[in-house]
Amino acid sequence: MRAFLTRRLLLLVPTLLGVTLATFLMLHLTPGDPVTIMLGEFASASDVARLRAELGLDRPIVVQYLKFLGRAVRGDLGSSIRSRRPVQEEIAERLPPTMVLALAAQVLAVCAGITAGVTAAAARRPSVDSAIVAVTLVGLSMPTFWSGLLLILLFSLTLGWLPITASGGLRALILPAVTLAAPAAAVLARVTRASVLEVLRQDYVRTARAKGVSERLVVYRHALRNALIPVLTVAALQFAGLVAGAVIVESVFSRPGLGRLAVTAILSRDFPLAQGIVLVVASMYVFVNVGVDLVYGVLDPRIRYQ
Amino acid sequence: MTTISHTPPRVAAVPAVQTSRTVLRRLRRRPLVIAAFAVLALFVILALAAPLLAPHDPIALIPGAVLRPPSRSFPLGTDELGRDVLSRVIHGARISLRIGLVTIGIALVLGTVIGVLAGFYGGVIDGVLMAVMEVLLAFPQILLAMAILAMLGPSLTNAMIAVGLSAVPVYARTARGTTLSVRAMDYVEAARAIGVGDGRILARHVLPNMISPVVVLATAGVGIAILIAAGLSYLGLGAQPPTPEWGAMLSQARAYLRNAWWMATFPGLAITLVVISLNLCGDWLRDLLDPRLRT
Repeated sequence: MRAFLTRRLLLLVPTLLGVTLATFLMLHLTPGDPVTIMLGEFASASDVARLRAELGLDRPIVVQYLKFLGRAVRGDLGSSIRSRRPVQEEIAERLPPTMVLALAAQVLAVCAGITAGVTAAAARRPSVDSAIVAVTLVGLSMPTFWSGLLLILLFSLTLGWLPITASGGLRALILPAVTLAAPAAAVLARVTRASVLEVLRQDYVRTARAKGVSERLVVYRHALRNALIPVLTVAALQFAGLVAGAVIVESVFSRPGLGRLAVTAILSRDFPLAQGIVLVVASMYVFVNVGVDLVYGVLDPRIRYQ
Repeated sequence: MTTISHTPPRVAAVPAVQTSRTVLRRLRRRPLVIAAFAVLALFVILALAAPLLAPHDPIALIPGAVLRPPSRSFPLGTDELGRDVLSRVIHGARISLRIGLVTIGIALVLGTVIGVLAGFYGGVIDGVLMAVMEVLLAFPQILLAMAILAMLGPSLTNAMIAVGLSAVPVYARTARGTTLSVRAMDYVEAARAIGVGDGRILARHVLPNMISPVVVLATAGVGIAILIAAGLSYLGLGAQPPTPEWGAMLSQARAYLRNAWWMATFPGLAITLVVISLNLCGDWLRDLLDPRLRT
């Protein structure tokens, strides 16, 4: 067990180094001169020289990367070109609303997805199964920037039940969370359905049925428990995807957050800010992946001995 | 990926055994898939013949026809500048078709080349290429696409490049896995034994036998690529006004939700229909080509 934990945690190091290197190279692989792009064609020579020195672009590239890495480890992500403020401050301000939105969507997606998946797999009538599969197909295929607009049109403008924009506390969270959760719930429903169907084919399920256990108990006690491990893995892996997907939902509902900050950074060609956001979200993704692996290893001893 | 080497190779041989008639007979039992193919065919026709089919110029302002609801003269209404929504949706099909082809083309070609080189040659080439791919896989796809766009700058062409490049690692990993299993086959060894060069082995033996799982991945990927590219345009990072791109049209519609529901309805309906159809066809094709992946 300890060997498994150590091995998995050690693997974090090269991955995180790779992520920082990729993020660092964003500035250097940019076609053209990033300083000119950021300051515009008509910037004075002294401004250009100052920014170049500030970004350390006058040093050898290896030195630049090591400095970038050293600062990033200490939580210093440089300063935004647009606002002149430290990037980590801007991110720290915008991260909480995005996390709240992603967490709310995660909870909704897990509840709705698992319920729909189990219902479809255990359905006696094929029409129920097909109907649920059809709904998941629509959920997967609808862009969130359209479903969000339709929800606003129906619940805010026509029925007047829910606010359109960010102000309004918890009630204002409902529509964005539902919008963000829909595709994730569809994926989870499909995974759950496949997983439950797989488990229902196992011998121990046949044994349970043979000794006269009711179908309800078979599905919920025997099948669901064993079917949930892959489902929860997918759910956990989706979380970072929800954070990234929040970009679009935040824009639809004009919520402040990391996603909108990223869009502003890209539109204003603010490289340090864009790099900082990419680094933070990607690192989060890496940590969640490893966390899932660890939990999975604890839950399922077979994984540990690979 | 090591598990892949145990699976039987020559996946491509499966459809070859089925005659086109059995394929058609199986298709007849799936009316939804037929409908999906019909929808896709319709959109391809709309895309190719857009200038002939659209009643108006998609970017021309029609005097006195601002924010008109759907009517006989403007079946899908007009937008805030007096442009015909129907014509813009039709021309949008053209852009989406291009997005789908370009992004998947980039991902398929680069991913296959990288994966085949890594899987066939192994050693240092494999180590380096796959290390880069593993790092890129550490980014969620939309984030990777946005990072690439941050480098290239916002535009429709750059959005297509970014979405295509962001999908490369997944294709490379799949291509490498199937290449590894093909490389271990007797016929590759036999070819080598009679003195066939690497280039010819790759082209004649490896590529035809490893490609089908990658193609399956690509059919499923077109829908995702179209969704992400449209999302980038919605954010203002892709197609710029006045381009009649569906995502960009929805972005403009947001400001007029209160008094012009039609602006927000039809472009979204178009994207959703296309993506549903692509997903249906992709699932069907996957079942057909590779029964082992059936869920």
